[in-house]
Amino acid sequence: MNAETVLELKNVNACYGKIQVLYNINMTIKKGELICLLGGNASGKSTTLKTILGIVKPSEGAVFLNGENINKRPTDYIIRNGVSIVPENRRIFPRMTVLENLEIGAMHRKDRGQVKQDIESMFELFPILEKRINRQGMVLSGGEQQMLAMARALLSNPAVLLMDEPSMGLSPALVDQQFELIENINKKGTTILMVEQNATMALSIADRGYVLQTGEIVLSDDAKALLDHPGMQKAYLGGEL
Amino acid sequence: MEDIFGQLSQQAINGITIGGVYALIAIGYTMVYGVLSMLNFAHGELYMMGGFTGWWVLQFFSSKHQPVMNAAILISLMILAAMAVSAILGLVIERVAYRPLRKAPRMNLLLSSLGVSIFIQNFILYTQGAKVKVFQVSNLIPEGLRTFHVGDTVISFMRIFVIGVCFVLMLLLTFVIKKTNIGKSIRATAQDIEAAAFMGIDTDRIIVIVFLIGSALGGAAGILVSLLFTQVDYYVGFQAGLKGFTAAVLGGIGSIPGAMAGGLLLGLCEAMAVTFFPSAYKDVVAFIILIAVLIFRPQGLMGEKIREKV
Ligand SMILES: Nc1ncnc2c1ncn2[C@@H]1O[C@H](COP(=O)(O)OP(=O)(O)OP(=O)(O)O)[C@@H](O)[C@H]1O
Ligand SMILES: [Mg+2]
Repeated sequence: MNAETVLELKNVNACYGKIQVLYNINMTIKKGELICLLGGNASGKSTTLKTILGIVKPSEGAVFLNGENINKRPTDYIIRNGVSIVPENRRIFPRMTVLENLEIGAMHRKDRGQVKQDIESMFELFPILEKRINRQGMVLSGGEQQMLAMARALLSNPAVLLMDEPSMGLSPALVDQQFELIENINKKGTTILMVEQNATMALSIADRGYVLQTGEIVLSDDAKALLDHPGMQKAYLGGEL
Repeated sequence: MEDIFGQLSQQAINGITIGGVYALIAIGYTMVYGVLSMLNFAHGELYMMGGFTGWWVLQFFSSKHQPVMNAAILISLMILAAMAVSAILGLVIERVAYRPLRKAPRMNLLLSSLGVSIFIQNFILYTQGAKVKVFQVSNLIPEGLRTFHVGDTVISFMRIFVIGVCFVLMLLLTFVIKKTNIGKSIRATAQDIEAAAFMGIDTDRIIVIVFLIGSALGGAAGILVSLLFTQVDYYVGFQAGLKGFTAAVLGGIGSIPGAMAGGLLLGLCEAMAVTFFPSAYKDVVAFIILIAVLIFRPQGLMGEKIREKV
C-alpha cells in the first residue's frame, strides 16, 4: 500500500441545518483504486459525495484532496483540482444538447484547446453519444443519459470520479454493461468512488468498500472480505450489525 | 381598401416597436422565473427607473430645457445610465428582498416583490412628484432625419431607433446565452439548479447575473419608451410590468426565445386591434391574451409542458 492518497476524509461530520447526517467519517482513497460506498436508504451516501465536492461543508473534520485541505474551497475549485461526479439520477440538463451537456463538464478547464479532442475521445468510448450529438438531453434513453453523465464527468479530467448509484433505473442487461464500463474506466487509470445499493455487483468489481449506516461507517474492508462478511446481508435487509 | 393596407403597415411598424420593448421587459420576468421560480413583480419599477434615469441625465445636460450636447452621445449616455441604474437597483432588490427568502415558499417571495414595487413607486412619487416628466428631445434629431416615408407609411426616426436598439440587445443576449460559459451556466441553473451546483456552477452568482441582465434590459426598455413618447411618470411601471408579464406568459415563462416572440406578438396584436377597434380597447387585448393563454395553453408558445424538478 504505497500508492499515493488522492482523497481523504478525516473525522468528517456534516449537517443539513441543525440535523446531523454524517458522524465521524474516515475514508482514504488511493490512486487507481475503485472503492465502493454501500449503505441503505438515507444512510448518508449522497451526502458524503456532496461533502467531498464542497456542496455540503463539513461541520467538523476535513476533506483532503491530494493532501490539501479543501474544506473552504468552492466546488469549481475542487472540480478543477480533480473531483467530478455522476450524480444520482444522472441529472442531465434536459433542454441542452448532448454536446452542450458535455461542454458544461469541461467548463472549468484551463486547457481549452484540448477540450475538443477530449470530446472526440468520449465519442470513441460512447459512440451512441456522437449519433445523438444535437439531441436534447430529455429525449435520451436512461442508458444514453447514464453514458452522457459519465462522459460529462470525465471531461473535467478528474483524479477521482464520484458516482452516485450508477446502476439505478437501468434495465438488468444495462446494469451488467454499466459495471463492466466502470471497471474499464478504472482500469484505464481513473480512480473511482462509487455509491451503490447493488452491493454484490459493486463489490465484485471494487477493490475495497465502506458501509454506511445512519451516517456512520460501520464496516470497511477489502471487497472480497466484505462480500463474505456475515453482517453484510443482514445490514442490507436493514438490520443492525 | 388601400386605406386599410396603409393603416395595417403603419400599425405593423408600431406593433414591432412596442413589441420589441415588451420583449425586453418579458426577458427579465422569464429569466428570473427560470432560476428562482418566482414572479418578480418589482420588475416594472426597474423599467420606470430606466425612464427616470434617462430623464435625469437629460436634465443634467440641458440648459433652459434644451440639450447642450451631441445628440448621439447624449442618447447613448441616457440609455447606458438607465441600464446601469436599473441593473444596480435589481441587484439591491435581489440581495435585500429575495435572497433572505430563498428557501421560503414562493408566495413569500411574490409578496416581497409586490412590497418592493409599492415602495419604489411611492419613493419616486414622494421625491419626484406625480407630474409627468417631459423629454425635450424633439430638437435632438436633425430636421431631415425626423421622419421617413416608405410608400404611404410614415416612420419616425425614434421608432427605427427603438426597434434597432431592441433587436441589437436581443441578438446580444441570444449570443451570450447560447455561446458563452456564463450563458450556458444560466441555462443549466434554470433547468436544474442542483445539477448545476454539482457541475461547479456558482448558482448564487448566476442568480445575481440573471438579475443584472434582466434589470438592465428592463431599464433599457424604460428609457426607449420614454424617448419614443417623450415622457415618463412614477406610475408607468405598472402597465409596462403587466404587458411584459403577459408577453412572458404568452411565450412560455422560463423561455428566453419565448419572451422575445411573446413580446413581439403581443405588440403586433395590440397594434392590429387598434386598426379595427377604438384605441381605448388596446390594453384590453393584453388581458384577453393573458387569460386565453392561461386557459388554453398555460405552457405558452415555447415553454415546456410540465416543469420536472426531480
Ligand atoms: N438537502 C437536504 N436537506 C435536508 N436533509 C437532507 C437533504 N438531503 C438529504 N437529507 C437527509 O440526509 C439524510 C441522508 O441523505 P442522503 O441523501 O445522503 O442519503 P443516501 O444514503 O444517499 O440515500 P439514498 O439511498 O436514498 O440515495 C437523509 O435523512 C435525508 O433525508
Ligand atoms: Mg443518495
